[in-house]
Amino acid sequence: MSFEIKSSSETYDVIIVGSGAGGGMASKILSEAGLSVAVLEAGKDFDPAKDEDRTQLRPSWESPRRGAGTRIRPFGDFDQAIGGWDIEGEPYTRAQGTSFDWFRSRMVGGRTNHWGRISLRFGPNDFKRKSIDGLGDNWPIGYDDLKPYYDRVDKLIGVFGSKEGIYNEPDGFFLPPPKPRLHELYIMKGAKKSNMPVIPGRLSMLTRPINNERGVCFFCNQCNRACQAYADFSSGTCLVKPAMQKGNVELYTQAMVRSVTTDEKGNATGVSFISKVDMKEYKLRSRVVVLGASACESARIMLNSKSKTHPNGVGNTSGMVGRYLHDSTGADRMGIMPDLIDRERYNEDGVGGMHVYTPWWLENKKLDFARGYHIEYWGGMTMPSYGIGFSMDTMRKYLKDEFGNPSPNGGYGEGLKKDIRRIYGSTLGMSGRGESIPQYSNYCEIDNNVVDKYGIPVLKFHYQWTDQEIKQAKHMQDTFEEILTESGATLLGKKPGPETMYGLATPGRIIHEVGTTRMGDNPDTSVLNSNCQAHDCKNLFVVDAGPFVSQADKNPTWTILALAWRTSDYIVSELKKKNI
Amino acid sequence: MNRRENLKLLFTGSLASGLLLTNCTPEDKQADLSPKIAGGTPGGRIEAEIERDQQLLSETFFTQEERKKLDILVDIIMPADDESGSATEAGVPDFIEFMMKDSPSYQTPMRGGMMWLDSYGNDHYGKTFLELSENERMEIIDLIAWPDKASPEIKGAVNFFNILRNLTATGFFTTEMGFNYLGYKGNVANAWDGVPKDVMQKHGVELPEKYLPYYLKPEERGTVAVWDDEGNLIG
Ligand SMILES: Cc1cc2nc3c(=O)[nH]c(=O)nc-3n(C[C@H](O)[C@H](O)[C@H](O)COP(=O)(O)OP(=O)(O)OC[C@H]3O[C@@H](n4cnc5c(N)ncnc54)[C@H](O)[C@@H]3O)c2cc1C
Ligand code: SF4
Repeated sequence: MSFEIKSSSETYDVIIVGSGAGGGMASKILSEAGLSVAVLEAGKDFDPAKDEDRTQLRPSWESPRRGAGTRIRPFGDFDQAIGGWDIEGEPYTRAQGTSFDWFRSRMVGGRTNHWGRISLRFGPNDFKRKSIDGLGDNWPIGYDDLKPYYDRVDKLIGVFGSKEGIYNEPDGFFLPPPKPRLHELYIMKGAKKSNMPVIPGRLSMLTRPINNERGVCFFCNQCNRACQAYADFSSGTCLVKPAMQKGNVELYTQAMVRSVTTDEKGNATGVSFISKVDMKEYKLRSRVVVLGASACESARIMLNSKSKTHPNGVGNTSGMVGRYLHDSTGADRMGIMPDLIDRERYNEDGVGGMHVYTPWWLENKKLDFARGYHIEYWGGMTMPSYGIGFSMDTMRKYLKDEFGNPSPNGGYGEGLKKDIRRIYGSTLGMSGRGESIPQYSNYCEIDNNVVDKYGIPVLKFHYQWTDQEIKQAKHMQDTFEEILTESGATLLGKKPGPETMYGLATPGRIIHEVGTTRMGDNPDTSVLNSNCQAHDCKNLFVVDAGPFVSQADKNPTWTILALAWRTSDYIVSELKKKNI
Repeated sequence: MNRRENLKLLFTGSLASGLLLTNCTPEDKQADLSPKIAGGTPGGRIEAEIERDQQLLSETFFTQEERKKLDILVDIIMPADDESGSATEAGVPDFIEFMMKDSPSYQTPMRGGMMWLDSYGNDHYGKTFLELSENERMEIIDLIAWPDKASPEIKGAVNFFNILRNLTATGFFTTEMGFNYLGYKGNVANAWDGVPKDVMQKHGVELPEKYLPYYLKPEERGTVAVWDDEGNLIG
């Protein structure tokens, strides 16, 4: 049962803030242990199996903008992330001379409704980077601590992939991977010449069933629209809803948490939230509070939870809340494959993501930057939507007429129409996603001058890339040119140079922001202990990407899920032992 | 949908239409899918989006005269041929009208470009664009339709035509008529089993031997996965 507002004197065992990856996992594990759980979610309910919520399988013409992005759905009119970079009435600010873009989804399931579902484990080295290159810090835990949880996440949620035996890219319990698409086969052939690995992707869509509750993938390429058969992982459909069916879980939607409430001893007593329905403030009580509002938002809640015992915000005795914010690096390049012009037609949708990728394959010791990156590939005969047929004023020259002469750019008429048909499905590209070095000087804090429409003080971001990330982006660009060229593609656009930091994406743009409530053994330099428990508030935990000490060159969500499971187990055992 | 329903659909091959996947009413099945702009995307809209779409649809950007020009121009860019209809038949002008309000940065170059057509007509032929003969119109279009050859003095008009070409092409290819003309085969439930063999052969690519035993086999899509302790699939 879900509530929009509830004023209640009853006490829950646990309040969980946020229903994304971390909050969803906590709701499942904690409720299965028999605890009473309240999940507070700022957005509305969402279920892709209901026709009123469904955008999956809708053809482009069902959108008046043919799938173009909007402020509310920047990744396209059918995309299932309701929120965006710039939410009406919920601003954030940036310190002068720095940049950070913050992507939020406001709905049950959070950003796991539309995420790319690339589901990679961190490897043993990823927890101990300082020991390897002297930069940043080690995690207080290692791969062996998380391995059993990664194993369980694989089996509970489902991920396809291939066993490769690469030390820092640990294998898991994989479902069968789908065969590569045509442009992916070209890339595999090209990369082989450069001795670069291209292996089956690791994504969380069910190519085969893992239980009797969720359907199996029918290859529509639209996971970002959320799957009505629940064949891709979203926290709402795979964790929160099942937890509500089986356990003692109450879901509060449209509940915007402002702060964690504490008693004189400094222990958490519950949360204070604004109901979006009547714009009034309510309080809920619990024995344990679990924050899973996403790395930056959980930091914001902690910083806004000031009291006599926590004058700088709960969890913030060290002053580390918000510090070490970091995102993955990102850069891209595109090409056109002459051999794919005029290509044969068949249904090439596949899963909603790449069928192959390149894990990090080099030795940093031999390079001028410290951390690696992986490469994601895109292309193929995808559904025509807003943007198809664009740029013929620069692209038409890549089409040759029957005598082998390049077509003139631009034009009109029957010939143009045919040329757009000929070029369809012949462009392809790649994106590097790499590890950055966490910095004390990159952080978010409360901006005392600005509140959102709920009266809650907002975040102010401070973020600058360092030489490490810029050099890595330069290396990406060289690699992209090499792969595209070896695959037989013609490079499109100009190679990004130093004037654009080699095309390095603005911080935040890769949407892997982590580190704001990092864990550590030393309470002076970290917010949480190795069990994601606040050093200065024993019954407060964080289950999103805030606890990450470093964001590997792997996308973060599989690690959020494993860590949230481990933290939940710890909460259950501490409650049993009456330690909290 | 539970697994059994999902599988039932997978194996009966009745998934040709996405609508069959949901609990839809007979009315839904007969939904008008013709390429004209109706009240916005039918599913998955929040209130703020519905309100905004309705608002945009209730406003009109192009004047009647501009709209006449637009109809002529989009059919020059995407005319009918023996395989498909024209841009106006595909409802492209309605789409462009909508985009002017959805993305207001389009407004000035579009309005300005249409004005430029009249000014140029007045200066060189003593007539507005609509008054020109077809040949005269095409003389002007040829000045701005080929960016690499166009005179730098009229770059603004070339940019206008680039935008118009983009929007016309997108407006055409995102309709049912455009999908058919393009030969897009997706957006239906299916069991992906790789690139057709003859296509791979023609392109000189093959599946890596090493992965052949591991790739998904369509006939196993109904069997719940079971692993041994080492993560090998055994069922
Ligand atoms: C386009 C895109 C592609 C991505 N692709 C990948 C990928 O391929 N692989 C990968 O690993 N990761 C990917 N990610 C990142 C992934 O989505 C996030 O890492 C993950 O969703 C984070 O989970 P979370 O639990 O921290 O928070 P979220 O999923 O962001 O959920 C947080 C929830 O908390 C709610 N909330 C926030 N504040 C409050 C408050 N004050 N009160 C109450 N509720 C609140 C929000 O509404 C939201 O529902 C992608 C992200 C995007 C946007
Ligand atoms: S690709 Fe598969 S998992 Fe993804 S939305 Fe389509 S059917 Fe569902």
